[in-house]
Amino acid sequence: MHPVLKIVIQRLLLGLLTLLAVSIIIFVAVNSLPGDFAQAILGQSATPEAVAAIRRDLGLDQPAVTRYFQWLGDMLTGNLGISFAQANFASFVGTSAESGSGPVTVAQQIAPRFENTMFLAGVTAVIAVPMSLTLGILAALFRNSVFDRTANIASLSAVSSPEFFLAYILILFLAVLHPILPSLSNIYEGMPFGERLYRTLLPALTLTLVVTAQMMRMTRAAIINLLASPYIEMARLKGISPMRVIVKHALPNALAPIINVIALNLAYLITGVVVVEVVFVYPGIGQLFVDSVKNRDIPVVQACCLIFAGAYILLNLMADVLSILSNPRLRHPK
Amino acid sequence: MTRFTRRGLLRTGAAAGVLAATGLPAIAQAKRGGHLKMGLNGANTSDSWDGRTHSDIFIISAALGAVFDALTEVGADGALKGELAESWESSSDAKTWTFNLRQGVTFHNGKPFGADDVIESLKMHVGEGVKSAAQPIVAAIAEMNKITDHQVQFVLAEGNADFPYLLADYHLLMYPAGQIDEAIANGIGTGLYKVESFDPGVRFVGTRVDSHYKDGESGWFDTVELIAINDITARMNALLTGQVDVINDIDFKTESLLKANPMTEIFEVTGNQQFTFPMLTDVSPFDDNNIRNAIKYAVNRQEMVDKILLGHGGVGNDSPIGPANQYYYSDMEQTAYDPDKAKFYLKEAGLDSIDVDLSVSNAAFTGATDAAQLYQASAKAAGININLIQEPADGYWSNVWLKKPWCACYWSGRATEDLMFSTAYATGAPWNDTHFENERFMELMSAGRTEFDSDKRREIYYEMQQIVHDDGGAVIPMFANFVGAKTNKVMNSGSIGNVYKVDNGRVAERWWAA
Repeated sequence: MHPVLKIVIQRLLLGLLTLLAVSIIIFVAVNSLPGDFAQAILGQSATPEAVAAIRRDLGLDQPAVTRYFQWLGDMLTGNLGISFAQANFASFVGTSAESGSGPVTVAQQIAPRFENTMFLAGVTAVIAVPMSLTLGILAALFRNSVFDRTANIASLSAVSSPEFFLAYILILFLAVLHPILPSLSNIYEGMPFGERLYRTLLPALTLTLVVTAQMMRMTRAAIINLLASPYIEMARLKGISPMRVIVKHALPNALAPIINVIALNLAYLITGVVVVEVVFVYPGIGQLFVDSVKNRDIPVVQACCLIFAGAYILLNLMADVLSILSNPRLRHPK
Repeated sequence: MTRFTRRGLLRTGAAAGVLAATGLPAIAQAKRGGHLKMGLNGANTSDSWDGRTHSDIFIISAALGAVFDALTEVGADGALKGELAESWESSSDAKTWTFNLRQGVTFHNGKPFGADDVIESLKMHVGEGVKSAAQPIVAAIAEMNKITDHQVQFVLAEGNADFPYLLADYHLLMYPAGQIDEAIANGIGTGLYKVESFDPGVRFVGTRVDSHYKDGESGWFDTVELIAINDITARMNALLTGQVDVINDIDFKTESLLKANPMTEIFEVTGNQQFTFPMLTDVSPFDDNNIRNAIKYAVNRQEMVDKILLGHGGVGNDSPIGPANQYYYSDMEQTAYDPDKAKFYLKEAGLDSIDVDLSVSNAAFTGATDAAQLYQASAKAAGININLIQEPADGYWSNVWLKKPWCACYWSGRATEDLMFSTAYATGAPWNDTHFENERFMELMSAGRTEFDSDKRREIYYEMQQIVHDDGGAVIPMFANFVGAKTNKVMNSGSIGNVYKVDNGRVAERWWAA
């Protein structure tokens, strides 16, 4: 077996183990939240009897261990379950399931939101990754110049500001003072691609500001680190242009840490953009997640957490594999 | 029906138009066409077309406000008019009600509307295992009889002169009989707009039906779009940048931006929404009315309106009946902040000062903790030492409200005096959050239910408000306004409903494009 393939399989198995551990943590954490779905949905009408009735309906009166294994079993068979809010809606109807299309499952609820989140992450990545790489390379090339310092200060200020602040600044300049872009990113199914892209641009720009600094600084640092190596000096002595030295000779060796940082930032784009979604009214998975936590809609919260954990694990795995592939010594071990 | 007397008006309802003459001059300018975009909060991913679950403005605006109709409707001026019911009359004991339904109405799927639909739609709210907020209204109907295809008779278990008002409730939507599941899944009603697309918690789009019984009276837009914007800053931005035309619940901290902008305008009405501090009148020390009076005089109501509601509200007078009710006793003597009077009542109770616990959390209402701190400060001058107990927001309604002797609470108010009093002030009512008991009060309550004469009803309800004001356990310092904002691209008749947020949720129906 090819050593890289072996590593991938090893990592995948480890990833599954990690997911299992994460699932336990998620379950314990979610179940130790104070209050519960019955109380959240009943509000002022949360009489003990009503609370008990809803808990019984949803199986919340079962011991936690039983519920965990039930959930895990469902999860392994690909059944994410039925969201409490929707299950409750079904019992409200009080009629048989065969007449309608049945209650909405968690998977059905999450799928369109996840698609939107991936779209936003994708647009952001398409803007942010090339931009930070270019900026990073240029900063390394012209290190300690005015350009380098300006790029550093700008990106560090952006990453140090809270996301909502950046979002409001962008709204102020690009939507209110100069109405170029819409401040509402309420995309929906069936929206033409161009319109969708246009509406997604402001949140994508905000996220670009958030993730650029780390990627840019890592690119710059990794390259500069290599510039003192003897083989770079050799290349320079040969009279190769500085740009070529960096792109052809330094960059390939600096790829591993850069890929790792990119992967981390992409994972962040999938899991950590709740604030930006709220500010721009973007119907992504983050908003669904927060709504569900607020309502104590445990099946949705657990499914979202698992997806987030899975995204981190997969992207890290990809980063590892790509780093190995970018390094001939690891690619061809003795 | 030829003569309108007060008595006659109440016992028999007239079709829309006769009573709603007040709004007509402005409506004359209204024209068909245009697209309405509203940014509303209160949207949930669990929203559906099932009226039994409705509780917040987004889905109410989409359902009752656009896609569905109820039997009766409270107009923007507060008067009751027929919606799917054309007229109604009652027996003299207010027990038997006959409703004549509008003829020639069809659901969006083409099915004609009739008596069966009414009976089946109402029966959704009662029955085994059904959880509906309108359950008490429907459960009070002992019998529902179809007389003809367009006439229904309701026999109530007990007389209730307000019965037609109760049928205007936003939960009591009319669905096509035999197709209720389908109607709930796809949103099939008799309203002015049919569902174009609905993404729960995100967006609703409706298109105007070609012809409707409200033609010429309401339903001016070609299409309406409701966008869920739960974040208050995003909602303000959307309005200021012209991406939506109407929003609800504005941010008071930045309202000056709206006022300074010539394109936008704030609209607000005081309704029945009230923030309260209920005391359990059977628990010491609140079982002594002198103590209750001392506590009522120890709160600076105006300060609370100014600081908690930032001026967007009115002072309360310890009666739960508000400006959106028919018999609101606005001339009742106002209890004002008066530390000396509070001290006097403490003396009457044989005390110089008193320590009381107040349980509070912002789950009760936004700013409840701050309001309690204001209370604490103002009561100190009267020798009342309020010990604030900060309760967790989770489980507040099951562990604190109705349990702790004195806490913070809110009420959205009720459509009728009787419903409000019987929900929260009647002896033994489960939500009687002051454990209030008063014999005279209960006598008046049952007298009011079968009284049709407006003058006598006014007397009854004024006296009941006075009793609650004098003797009750709820401190009601403030009524909060329903506040919203609009751009100059949309117009309204100038009178805005105060039963619920943004013109009772009926913007899509009543407003028009400028």
